[in-house]
Amino acid sequence: MTQHLAKIALTDMQAELRDQAMRFCADKSPIAKVRSLLTDDHGFDAAVWAEMAALGWLGIAIPEDYEGLGLELADLVPVVEAMGKHLMHSPFVSTTLAAQAILAGGSDAQTALWLPKLASGTVATVALFEPTGAWDLNAVEGQTKTFVMDLDASELIVTTVKFEGQTRLALIPRDRITARRETIIDEMKRSYTFEVPDVTESDLMPAKDAVTALERIELVANLLQAAELSGAAMACIDYTVDYLKTRKQFGKVIGAFQALKHPTVDAFVDAEGARSLLYAAATHCEKQGEGEIAVRMANAKAEGALSFAADRSIQFHGGFGFTYDCDAQLYRRKAMFAASQFGDAAFHRARLAELLL
Amino acid sequence: MISVEEFAKQADAWFAEHTPREVPFMMPLTFMEVGTDEQFDFLRDWQNKVHAAGFLGAHWPEAYGGGGLTQAHQDVATRAMRKNGAPIMLNAIGIGWAGPLILDTGSEDEKRRYLPGILSADDIWCQGFSEPDNGSDLGNAQLKAVKDGDEYVLNGSKIWTTQGNYAKYMILLARTNMDAPNKYAGLSFFLSPMRIPGVETTKIRKLTGEFGFTQTFFTDARISADCLMGEEGEGWKVAMRTLEYERGARKGEAGGYTISQTNPLEVVDLAKRAIRNGKPALEDPVMRDRLVTQMIEAQAMMANRERAKIAPLVSENPFALPVLSKLQFTEYARVTGELALELEGAQSGYYVGERASREDGYWQRSYLNAFSATIGGGTSQIQRNIIGERVLGLPKTK
Repeated sequence: MTQHLAKIALTDMQAELRDQAMRFCADKSPIAKVRSLLTDDHGFDAAVWAEMAALGWLGIAIPEDYEGLGLELADLVPVVEAMGKHLMHSPFVSTTLAAQAILAGGSDAQTALWLPKLASGTVATVALFEPTGAWDLNAVEGQTKTFVMDLDASELIVTTVKFEGQTRLALIPRDRITARRETIIDEMKRSYTFEVPDVTESDLMPAKDAVTALERIELVANLLQAAELSGAAMACIDYTVDYLKTRKQFGKVIGAFQALKHPTVDAFVDAEGARSLLYAAATHCEKQGEGEIAVRMANAKAEGALSFAADRSIQFHGGFGFTYDCDAQLYRRKAMFAASQFGDAAFHRARLAELLL
Repeated sequence: MISVEEFAKQADAWFAEHTPREVPFMMPLTFMEVGTDEQFDFLRDWQNKVHAAGFLGAHWPEAYGGGGLTQAHQDVATRAMRKNGAPIMLNAIGIGWAGPLILDTGSEDEKRRYLPGILSADDIWCQGFSEPDNGSDLGNAQLKAVKDGDEYVLNGSKIWTTQGNYAKYMILLARTNMDAPNKYAGLSFFLSPMRIPGVETTKIRKLTGEFGFTQTFFTDARISADCLMGEEGEGWKVAMRTLEYERGARKGEAGGYTISQTNPLEVVDLAKRAIRNGKPALEDPVMRDRLVTQMIEAQAMMANRERAKIAPLVSENPFALPVLSKLQFTEYARVTGELALELEGAQSGYYVGERASREDGYWQRSYLNAFSATIGGGTSQIQRNIIGERVLGLPKTK
């Protein structure tokens, strides 16, 4: 059945990228920096973004013909995992999703125009969700878009539209859109809503490729979300364990109490499983049909792992856990917001049930 | 030496041909479920056959009954067993605990005396660690071994002795020094005979209603001083070493498996046939969600095993994955058993022996038996202490 999907391959390039990204994110995204960006308009540091572009990260999964590095989707995983671990927000995922959409469904001219720009650090995003709350990316009314990440920093928005009764993807420059920032539960991220402007044939990606492109976006989004959440789960457990090792009550370091120790271990076991499923998903994500199974399993597990780890982290920090200053809330809010995007764990399991049962 | 590939082919062909398909009794899924003579005789004969064919202990030296090949040879033979759904190996304590210990640290005489019988299942081994009053707190074991000339005199009792009523030898943890500086330092480790005056076993009836374990009573039982393994006072160290073989942290097991893993597909298969509240269980959205949850968990365990082989992906803590696998697997098996009963709906109320039951109460029994693994070998709660303390570095629970 799915035994072969558990195999993990790690290339030297991925191991190297992982080391590089972990060092980079640790250096550029200490918690004080994360906190200071909570009130920043764009939620990320443009200088750090420029460095990421200079490292070539924006071109990882873009072919060399379009000035990318020509690597695989799997090579994005260690980078996003590191970002998740260090709570580093940037438009990396938004831009990557836009690039993959164009790669999957854009015309030759659109691809040639935009991919070299995105590979070198031009910010772009995707607009896929509507106020109906549907996670089915094909269920498009085409009026209002919501949960559009990093729109204000973007030059290009890849959006689903309804055109002559069909769901299509359109490429719309930022200056044609009037957006409003939304208040979302994850304060590290930036989300916007806008009314879809009138589009003409020249804005659209070729009709025949819209469904393929949407499937591609969904797969990549789920893979990268699994990476982000899995990385964050590791960090959240480290954060909790540090507190359990230092805080004293009743004359004891509280980590000695099994009521705290055992659920923390359960969270750790979950997070380790999530990591393994993530690397397996990276290995198999390009397999026709089976890629979706591996990716949805990884995402469902990662969301569950971070939700549980962060929920217990709040509780185990006691009174401090109830304050804004305790980082446990950052992790919990991250998991909650992730669950609202591209489907929560129960949604992925329902899709898996259709694929597996 | 035969190539691993060729050996794998031979093993696959042999198990495909010889694996028994129909037996007139419930096949034990683990070495802890051998409750009748019929089951015992069948499994002893099966292990004997597998060994004679060269697929058990393939990597142990020929002088001790092994095949003189490599670990890789035994690994492919074990895979062939799994692939063909072969019954378990019976002599679990010999294969997984006593055997590797003797092979690693025993004298030449001990190796020749004990190892061949372990592989052939002629000599069944059992384990005497837990006591009625000292289960999870193994280091507090109180069974006394008092030196008297060239003998030790044993008094006390051991519990949860798997196959104790069939065993010829026991690996025994006993207290040789009542005045040691700490509880661990007073312990010694013995390879102790079972069929001697003063040793008696009483069968323990399990929660399933079946048998498989004994309590073992020692009353002035005399064993030769040669039975001591290592030095007096080193018992805890030796016992911990045997646990490492069993938990897979140290290589040396004779191969095969002594617990059949629950295949998640079996539950899916059950869900396809089972009727819950008048409808196929597979149509119930709650059951579907729980099934997929278990499938993801099974997949995570497989992926953990794969990741454990890739050094850069376990660099934070290379021991984390092996240490957590016991907790993860045994709890998974328990929850899967519980889910199976929910899938059965009204039929879950039947039990073994009822003709209206599904597969003669297979899942009812599996679920109840699953606790043997979440309690035995260090309870899930002890496992959480071990992971919390050794992997996460949390302070000890006192």
